[in-house]
Amino acid sequence: MAAKGESWTRSEAAQGYALIAPPAIYAVLLLAAPLATILAYSFFKDGYLTVIHEFTVQNYIATWSDPIFRVILVRSLFVAGLVTLATVALAFPIAYFLSFGLEPSKKARWILLITIPFWTSYLIRVFLWKVILGYNGVVNSALESLGIIGPNGLIADPLQMLNSVGAITLTLAHAYAPFAILPIFVSLEKIDRSLLEAGQDLGESRWRTFLRVTLPLAMPGVVAATLIVFIPTVGDYVTPELIGGGKIPMVANLIQAQMLPLDNRPLGSAIAVSSLLVVGALALLFLWLNRRFLKAGK
Amino acid sequence: MKFPPLKIYALAYLLFLYAPILLLPLFAFNDGTIIAFPLKGFTTGWFAKMAENDTLRHALSNSLIIALTSSAGATILAVFAARASTRYRFRAKGSIMGLIMLPMVLPDILMGMSLLLVMLEVLRVNLSIGTVILGHVIISLPYAIAVLQTAFATLDQSLEEAAVDLGETRIGTFRLIVLPLVMPGIISAFLISFTISLDEFIVAFFLAGNQPTLPTYIFSQLRFPSSIPVIMALGTCLVAASIVLLSVAEFFRRRGLKRTGAKDTGGFL
Repeated sequence: MAAKGESWTRSEAAQGYALIAPPAIYAVLLLAAPLATILAYSFFKDGYLTVIHEFTVQNYIATWSDPIFRVILVRSLFVAGLVTLATVALAFPIAYFLSFGLEPSKKARWILLITIPFWTSYLIRVFLWKVILGYNGVVNSALESLGIIGPNGLIADPLQMLNSVGAITLTLAHAYAPFAILPIFVSLEKIDRSLLEAGQDLGESRWRTFLRVTLPLAMPGVVAATLIVFIPTVGDYVTPELIGGGKIPMVANLIQAQMLPLDNRPLGSAIAVSSLLVVGALALLFLWLNRRFLKAGK
Repeated sequence: MKFPPLKIYALAYLLFLYAPILLLPLFAFNDGTIIAFPLKGFTTGWFAKMAENDTLRHALSNSLIIALTSSAGATILAVFAARASTRYRFRAKGSIMGLIMLPMVLPDILMGMSLLLVMLEVLRVNLSIGTVILGHVIISLPYAIAVLQTAFATLDQSLEEAAVDLGETRIGTFRLIVLPLVMPGIISAFLISFTISLDEFIVAFFLAGNQPTLPTYIFSQLRFPSSIPVIMALGTCLVAASIVLLSVAEFFRRRGLKRTGAKDTGGFL
């Protein structure tokens, strides 16, 4: 009987491996291997129009000693940090509303409504923020028609909003909004509702129950939302290009310039690896701080 | 209503989410060459101009070929991964699934540049829509898996056991019992992957070579103020198409849940 059970588990594992093999092999060939190639190329020398396959750390020295890289990296992290803060803070009440304020039958419809803008043409959505914030854009013409902007208004000239870090932040916060809502919603849905009733039955106010029961239990969702928004925003290419007018580049713009027009692929790889390491280190630091904080709270 | 202030906030938030999209048709039907208020008058001319554009038509057919093939590929691979991860226990499952799901959090530019390096420097192949297809499969695979995992996870395992007990082979059970039950999930995963591929810019930008796709064509045109109205018309069509695709995907996702008798716990992802 025991032998039969064992062979059954073994065959179950074997079947599992056989099934997972096609997608796993695909991911190794087209994801892991390419990422390893970036790592390898970051240690190669750049020759004119070719790459010399000799080991060097010159690309990393060039990357980190370049003040432009440091400015751009700090800017990317700053923008991504602001975007993350804004999206998570704005998304939490929405996730709370979806989970606690709606009847179960209406939830799916609201989630579809929230996710639809996220799936529709990213480029055009970003460009429309240029239309909204532009010199004769929607905001300025609305203020003009209200008489706030104009010779007799409070402000003489239309507002210059584009080509700024603020405009980039606003556009990215809009683009990544649903990414923050869904993980928080999922963790709120998992909360056992009887815990909240217990809290209130024992005399806690609704607000204190929220702070002491709901919020700590929702933290895994908040952490996931933070990482899911932060990591891709650091590497956004389109928004700095369109909304920043190409004058306020972020890391992705720097990488693209090295990879395509400047054709220095080892240097581009070193920039990518360096940025990824910094982002990875920040993500781990965040997870560690969070774990400590949650433990201390208990 | 239990939370009126929250509901007002939620409606304001929806307005914020939809503001750019609502502007799109205004400018697409506006009889003026500058994208600004006040609006001039009604015209369908930009749509006519869009239909005449040869490069655009080429980009559209490229994008459709890429989206159809890559989402078929991603969906097939996702069926394997979702079935393996929900039904079987084996060692290193977590790390293998972690690798496959990684593109969900990795910035797209990393995928674009790393595949570019492999194609040009290691494999030395020419860039074409084929290379874009390979890249889009890896990008949409995690989303397809996420949709299919819910479909497979809600499946009642006793149905399969009953079929096996009645003498059906494993493959027969999968074809006759599992597949029909998860079919709505498969269609939903395909449509999600299709939508992602149709809209994907950065990987196509790196891997398409001199072939235009819809997003790379749009990106190249945004620099020229004179072509913006046509892009607005194109955007209107794309938004309409995504809404239709997503609604159909949602319809199938819900039907799948109903078929397996599961409780609806929310949308995609």
